[in-house]
Amino acid sequence: MNPKKDLVGIEKLTAPEICQYLDLADNFLEVLARPIPIVPALRGKTILTLFFEASTRTQISFSIAAKRLSADIVNFSQTASSVKKGETLLDTARNIEAMKVDGVVIRHSAPGSALFLGQRLEAFVVNAGDGAHEHPTQALLDFMTMRQHFKSFDKLRVLIIGDITHSRVARSNIFGLRTLGARVAICAPPTLIPLEIDRLGVEVFYDLDGIIGEYDVVMALRIQLERQQAGLFPSVREYRACYGLTAERLRRMKPRSIIMHPGPTNRGVEIDPEVADSTRSVILEQVKNGVALRMAVLFIHAGGKIE
Amino acid sequence: MKKIMEESDIRRALIRIVHEIIEHNRGTKKLAFIGIKRRGDIIARRIAERIKANEGLTVPIGALDINLYRDDLQLISDAPIVEGTDINFDVNKRIIVLVDDVLYTGRTIRAAIEEILDFGRPMAIQLAVLIDRGHRELPIQADYVGKKLPTAKHEIVDVRIKELDGEDCVLLQADLKHKSSKNRPANAPPRIQMPRQPRQKVKQLTIESPKKDES
Repeated sequence: MNPKKDLVGIEKLTAPEICQYLDLADNFLEVLARPIPIVPALRGKTILTLFFEASTRTQISFSIAAKRLSADIVNFSQTASSVKKGETLLDTARNIEAMKVDGVVIRHSAPGSALFLGQRLEAFVVNAGDGAHEHPTQALLDFMTMRQHFKSFDKLRVLIIGDITHSRVARSNIFGLRTLGARVAICAPPTLIPLEIDRLGVEVFYDLDGIIGEYDVVMALRIQLERQQAGLFPSVREYRACYGLTAERLRRMKPRSIIMHPGPTNRGVEIDPEVADSTRSVILEQVKNGVALRMAVLFIHAGGKIE
Repeated sequence: MKKIMEESDIRRALIRIVHEIIEHNRGTKKLAFIGIKRRGDIIARRIAERIKANEGLTVPIGALDINLYRDDLQLISDAPIVEGTDINFDVNKRIIVLVDDVLYTGRTIRAAIEEILDFGRPMAIQLAVLIDRGHRELPIQADYVGKKLPTAKHEIVDVRIKELDGEDCVLLQADLKHKSSKNRPANAPPRIQMPRQPRQKVKQLTIESPKKDES
């Protein structure tokens, strides 16, 4: 299967395309467990991470993934870039082109920035988050983790709790899980749920306690504290009381269900420490899978010559 | 298309290879087998089963996917399908017998050796193949060969294994895209290209029969 040049989002991917990433990522876990966890597959390729928004985990994860495949990686972040000096994204793109980079991993606050860059660059582009649009590698590593626990997406029930409106992770997850055949529900205060979200094929709930016992996967999203200042919910304490993953709610979850979080966690807000550190939490598995998954993404998009 | 080896030929060749391996290494104590996916690992398993039947020892077996070590990743259009390597034993201080179905350019074996060395430092690496079809591009040779088969580069050696293809046999096929195989009937025997010698002018010798004495 010849992949597209860029990975911009999950929305346009078919189920076999998603599974191609997941299958390869499962195989790369074996590479990571070797005494020398490095293979020469992408020797001589140069990959640039271009982060216009703060990130630690995603940028480190991409860097480690590239190094495990023997690619050369150049990290570029907002404070170090000339964006502060007023350069436009298009000019940045032209400069990248002139430096003969093979691939670009971009995070930017503007939705569509990865698509914009991909259309103008010969190098492949991987979206590492564009505003509130999509975060495809995060969603793929979530699918990978879910598949390891439940084998199949058929009849899998997934609940996403939190700030759906501002969450690219939620959007990418909803697109992909619907494609893979899972049932998705979201639960949040009405102010954090975007209009017409039900058109994506999800069920919408406002009362967490009534439904939490029915789901195989419960995913909490990070609550950004500036949203509270914007008046979208009364207080952090009230959010925790209504939507936080507490030990009490953990007890009422389905047996063998798992708890996910894309990180970074706000302990004591959307997830309590004893829940984040419980045996049902797969947060660190997600991070571990993230490296293998990003290796798969880089390998598929850089491994062959794309016509 | 021509059948080069039948099921019984393959079985006999593997029995001989097993004996050669045991004899050459004076037993099987330090041996381990690593087969190259997707047919080498099945052949390796068969060799190991036979060793168990003969010597009563279970030898470790691994499987290798060399796709991440290929030297032509930049040249092929699709990213190859990577199936994963599976080596669950310590390769250090072991004699590794690398197993593949066909030895051709030697590039696959080079990649496999490199990958094994990333797992540790074996005492030795030996190579067993079912078919050696020539045309090496690297200085690599097999220690144990099932059958040496002279081929032309455009021909395809097709090793079929029961577990994957439903039958055990080796076929030699002409590549239909190749110009020399045009206009040839499908059942024509494969052409073997011999190195061309410059034609020498040969003086025609006439041998005169000795004249009989007519006396």
